[in-house]
Amino acid sequence: MSIYHDLILDHYRNPRNRGELKHATHSAQANNPTCGDRLGMHILVKNDTILDVKFSGSGCAISQASASLLTEAIKGKSVKEALALEPKNVFELLGVTLSPARLKCGLLSLETFKKAFLKNTR
Amino acid sequence: MAYTSDIRNHFPIFRHHPDLTYLDSAATTLKPETVIDAEREYLERYSTNVGRGLYPLAEKATDTFEMTRQKTAAFIGARNEKEVIFTDGATASLNLAARLLESLVTPKDNILATVLEHHSNFLPWKELATRTGAEFRVAPIDTDECVDRDALVDMTDEHTKIVAFSAVSNVIGGINPVSEIVKRIKEKNPHAVVVVDAAQAIGHQPIDVSLWNADFVAFSAHKAFGPTGVGVLFGKEALLETLPPVSFGGGMVLESCAETPKYREIPFRFEAGTPNIGGVIAWGAAIDFMKNIGVENIRAHEETLTKYALEKLSGAFGKTIRLIGPKDAKKRSGIIAFAIHGMHPHDIAHLLGESNICVRAGEHCAAPLHRALNLDATTRLSFSVYNSKEDIDRLIKRLKEIRKIL
Repeated sequence: MSIYHDLILDHYRNPRNRGELKHATHSAQANNPTCGDRLGMHILVKNDTILDVKFSGSGCAISQASASLLTEAIKGKSVKEALALEPKNVFELLGVTLSPARLKCGLLSLETFKKAFLKNTR
Repeated sequence: MAYTSDIRNHFPIFRHHPDLTYLDSAATTLKPETVIDAEREYLERYSTNVGRGLYPLAEKATDTFEMTRQKTAAFIGARNEKEVIFTDGATASLNLAARLLESLVTPKDNILATVLEHHSNFLPWKELATRTGAEFRVAPIDTDECVDRDALVDMTDEHTKIVAFSAVSNVIGGINPVSEIVKRIKEKNPHAVVVVDAAQAIGHQPIDVSLWNADFVAFSAHKAFGPTGVGVLFGKEALLETLPPVSFGGGMVLESCAETPKYREIPFRFEAGTPNIGGVIAWGAAIDFMKNIGVENIRAHEETLTKYALEKLSGAFGKTIRLIGPKDAKKRSGIIAFAIHGMHPHDIAHLLGESNICVRAGEHCAAPLHRALNLDATTRLSFSVYNSKEDIDRLIKRLKEIRKIL
């Protein structure tokens, strides 16, 4: 089966939570040097809950759809719950298993999300 | 050999994948049967070491290995085989050149490269400049998106120690007039050492290093029908004679017990350790393969395909496609990089891959160039003898379908 199935294409064409947050408490940027994808994550945390999250940047369908799906999934979660997400959870959201060559595309959003918290708690 | 489906019969991979459309020869070419046979024959029948055995099998291995050195010298127009150093690949060749030249570079000097270089002809020079305290200069591209020759010559001055540039860009595919560039650099500074990365030129156009008059020329065997793990660094004999070795071990020393060891003659003092014997011998078979076809015929075939693909791509995608590099196929090797609005190169390459059409997507190990082009990534097609217009038609048809999907 092609990894370009309807759910992924829908989130690629109509991304959810795309943009920036004026009052973000946490944010991070990351890129994928092999394909030039750039991603930003902007998060608003209050009382240990993710009140809002948006993503910015550009990239391939897989990286954009995964960012869209991930932001949907973590909004409203506690920070602890969201940070506990693992690559397998992203694959569940995407509904596909990615080949090694596309892993970085699919996991860039999770990596960027986690980076935002690493940076700010240091 | 003619350019019909015959030529595909020389490549066993098509027996295993009959519907393969391989458009990634700039990454590595497919391998002809004769090349595979040569490596197999060595491994099966005389897999002995070179240079030291006193028995017939080792003599055969040594003779075949050294004959390939002579064959290589003749193929690239070197004056003699002493100018041919075998390495692990073009990257190893360029790094070796940088190490060999290190003792000549002082903090007063500058080292010049261009923005369109592959990382392997960029980073060794940038790092050499850092190690030696020399200035690192980067020449820009011109309106054709090829090396800006005037700028490269302008940036060469009396303190320029090394000038490194590629004969053909691995992204743009533009053919740089090497002889003219070397001549102009040498007029400006006769002492500047000129290093040419010929990784994308070897096997795609006739090469004459003596005519080029470059001091070093580097390439890999695997981009010209040979196996991976074999490369060549050509160096001018007079220059090599002045350079000490930088890698030490077996096969390169005359007197190791002396307080100051004595090393062998060129090129052997630059080849420490057991080389990739089977690979080098198979590279010899690759040279025979190219000579049988005629490199000028390969060039003509690729030019025809490039012209056809440029027309078809621009016909199909009009203003939404940006074709990088010269418009005129005569100025290009068989490489086309492009960007289509709204279609990410990774998605294009992945979806083409699902149809057994192989292309490359990304920065192609040339990040500085992509920044200069103001592009995150491109999709790259590259041709060889086994490609045909049908491959391009198939590609265009599928690209149109992908545009609908994305």
